[in-house]
Amino acid sequence: MTMMTYRDALRQALIDQMKADDNVIIMGEEVGRYGGAYGVTKDLITMFGETRVLDTPISEAGIVGAAIGAAMTGLRPVAELMYVDFIGMTMDQLGNQAAKIRYMFGGQIGVPMVLRTQGGTGRSAGAQHSQSLEGYIMHTPGLRLAMPATVSDAYHLLRQAMAQPDPVVFIEHKGLYTLKQDVDLTREPPAWGEANVLRHGADLVIVTYSRQVHFALEAAPKLAATGIEATVIDLRTLNPLDFETIRPFVEQTGRAMVVTESVLTAGVAAELTARISEECFDFLHEPVIRVAGEDIPISVSPKLEAASVPTPALIEKIARKMFQ
Amino acid sequence: MNSARTDDQEFSGTNSNLFALYRTMCRIRSFEERVGELFVRGQSAGSMLHLSIGEESAAAGVCAAMEPKDTFTTHHRGHGIFLARGADPARMMAEIGGKEAGYCHGKGGSMHIADMGLGHLGANAIVGGGIPAVVGAGLSALHKKTGAVSVAFFGDGATGQGVLYESMNMAALWKLPVLFCCINNQYGMGTRIDQATANPVLHERAAAFGLNAQTVDGLDVETVAETAQTMIDDARKGIPGFLVVDCYRFYGHARKDKSPYRDSNEEETGRQKDPIAFARNLLIESKISNDAELNSLDVDISAEMDATIDFTMGQTEPPLTSMFRDVYAPDQPEPEPLQTRLSRVLSRELPANGGH
Ligand SMILES: Cc1ncc(C[n+]2csc(CCOP(=O)(O)OP(=O)(O)O)c2C)c(N)n1
Ligand SMILES: [Mg+2]
Repeated sequence: MTMMTYRDALRQALIDQMKADDNVIIMGEEVGRYGGAYGVTKDLITMFGETRVLDTPISEAGIVGAAIGAAMTGLRPVAELMYVDFIGMTMDQLGNQAAKIRYMFGGQIGVPMVLRTQGGTGRSAGAQHSQSLEGYIMHTPGLRLAMPATVSDAYHLLRQAMAQPDPVVFIEHKGLYTLKQDVDLTREPPAWGEANVLRHGADLVIVTYSRQVHFALEAAPKLAATGIEATVIDLRTLNPLDFETIRPFVEQTGRAMVVTESVLTAGVAAELTARISEECFDFLHEPVIRVAGEDIPISVSPKLEAASVPTPALIEKIARKMFQ
Repeated sequence: MNSARTDDQEFSGTNSNLFALYRTMCRIRSFEERVGELFVRGQSAGSMLHLSIGEESAAAGVCAAMEPKDTFTTHHRGHGIFLARGADPARMMAEIGGKEAGYCHGKGGSMHIADMGLGHLGANAIVGGGIPAVVGAGLSALHKKTGAVSVAFFGDGATGQGVLYESMNMAALWKLPVLFCCINNQYGMGTRIDQATANPVLHERAAAFGLNAQTVDGLDVETVAETAQTMIDDARKGIPGFLVVDCYRFYGHARKDKSPYRDSNEEETGRQKDPIAFARNLLIESKISNDAELNSLDVDISAEMDATIDFTMGQTEPPLTSMFRDVYAPDQPEPEPLQTRLSRVLSRELPANGGH
C-alpha cells in the first residue's frame, strides 16, 4: 500500500503504461514543459522525450483527430483535453469519427485511444470551466466513459482505459486532484466496467460516481445516525454500465437515489433513473429520486457555484425526505 | 465614453494624444495590480485571473481608434481592453470579486465580463470563442447600415483554433467591417509561440485570406494607435484587417503561475519592452509633460484604483434566488429548482400551475 494523491496516481498510471507499451504517446496543450494544467503529466517529457510527450497548439479538434489517426495506425495515444468544457470543439472528431469508425467500416478497425480530461465545480472558474458534460459522451454509442472517484481508480481505471480496444473518454474531477488515499498499485483491480459497492445499508441505494461518491459517503453516516442505512455504489464507468451490481440492492431496499454533479435534465441521472425504474419497477416503494446539478450554467460567484450542484447536506436532506 | 479621450483638464498634457494613451495604459496597469491584490486578500472569485501587464498598448491604442458605435469581443485577458473602452473599474473589480454589483451580477467574473452599453459583446474563457461573433456583428453593420466596425481581440494562442480561419475567410469574402486584433504576448500559457507554430509571423496567414494584414511593435503606443486607426478606417470602408500587436507577457499566465518554463534572462529582456516606460520617456523628452505632472497622475490613478478594492470589499454576493435568473429571457419561466421539484415529488403534490 502506498499513500498518494489522485493526481500522482494518474501520473503513475501514465508512467507505468508508457514503460509497458512503447506505443503509448501523450499529446495535448501544456502536457510537456508545463507538466499539465493540473500537473498530471509533470516531468513526463523529460522521462520519455518530446516524441512521446507532445505539446500541441491550442487546437482541440486537431488533437483529438490526430489521436484517432494515430490509434488507427498502431499507436496508443492518450490525448489530454484541458477542460471537459472544451469538448464541444472536439465533438465531431469524437462523435462522428472515433465513435463510429469501427461500426461504419464493418468492424475492420478500432480506435484504441484515451481522451483524458477533467470537469466539475469548485474553483470559481465560471460557466465555461466548471461543467460536468459526461452526458454528451454517454449519449454517444461507441465511446467508453470512465470517471474515477478514488485514488485507486485513478491508477487502475486509467491503466485499464489505456488497454481498451475502443475509444475511452476519461473524466477526472478537478476537486479530487489533491485527494490522498492508500492505494495498492500491484493488486489485481476490479474488472473494467464493474461498479464498486463502497458501503452496505439495507434502507436505500445511492448510485453515483466521481466526486459525488465522496459526498454520498459523507452523508451516509449522518443518515445512519437518523436510522437510515444507505448503500453507496460508485459506478466507476458509465459505459460500460454495470447494472447488475445495482439491481440486487434496489430490489432489497426498494429505494434508490441517483446523484450526479451534471445537470438534471436529459443527462446521466435521467438515464440511470429510467433504467432503475424500468428494470426494478416491481420492487420500488418510492420513485427513483434524482439529486443532480441545477438546470443552469455555473456562476463565478462561489456562493452560487456551490448552490448549483449537490452537496453532502443536500443528499442527506433529500434522503431523509424519502422516508417521511 | 472612450477614456483615452476623456482628459482631465488639470494636466498640461491634456491636448496631447500621447498623454491620453499614456494615462489609459497607466490606469490599466494600476487596475491589474489591484486585481492581484484582490486575489491576495482572498476577495477574488477564484484564481483564474489573467493580467494584461505588458500589453497595455494594444488595449489603449486600438480602443482609441474605435468609435462609440463600434463593438468588440475579448479573450480571457481582457481587463485592459474593457478599461480602455471606458469601463467603470469599480464595477469591473466587483465582477472579478463575484459580487452582485459587478457588470454581470457576479455570474461572469474576470473571464466573462461584458457590457452591451459600451459595445462589449463579451469576454471569453474559450480560446477563440469570441472571434466569429465579430463576423456576425459585421453582417449586422452592413445590413443595418450603421457604419460600425467590430473588433475581435484575442491572443497568439488563438491562432491554433480553426474557427479563426473560418472567420477570417468569411470576413474577407464578404468585405466586412471587421478587425481581428491578435495580441501576441509570445505565449499561450507555457508554450512559446515558436513552439506552437512553424511560422510565427502571424499576419502572413491573414494576408493569405486577402485581409489587410500587419504587425506593429507594441512598445510604442502611438504607432499602435495610428496603425489601428488606419486599419479601422479601412475596415469601415469594407476592407477587413488583421493587426498583430507584438508585446511580452510580463508575469505568469494566470495569477498563480510563476512561469517556471522561461528563464529570468528572457523575462528581464521581455520586460524591457514596456510601453508605459517608453511613453513616459517620450512625454518627458518631447516636453509634453514633466516628472512632477506624471507623478501626480500616478497618485491620482492609484487612489482611483485603490477605491475599486474598497468598493468591492463592501459589496455583497448575489442572492441565491438570482441563480435561476437569466437562463432564459425575463418573461419566461425560470428553471424549477431541484429542491422545489423534489419536495413536490416526495409529497406527491402537483404544482399549482401544472408545471412548466
Ligand atoms: C478552447 C480552449 N482551449 C484551451 C484553453 C485553456 N487556455 C486558457 S488560456 C490559454 C492560452 C491562451 O494563449 P493566448 O491565446 O496567447 O492568450 P494569452 O493567455 O497569452 O493572453 C489556454 C491554452 C481554453 N481556455 N480554451
Ligand atoms: Mg499569448
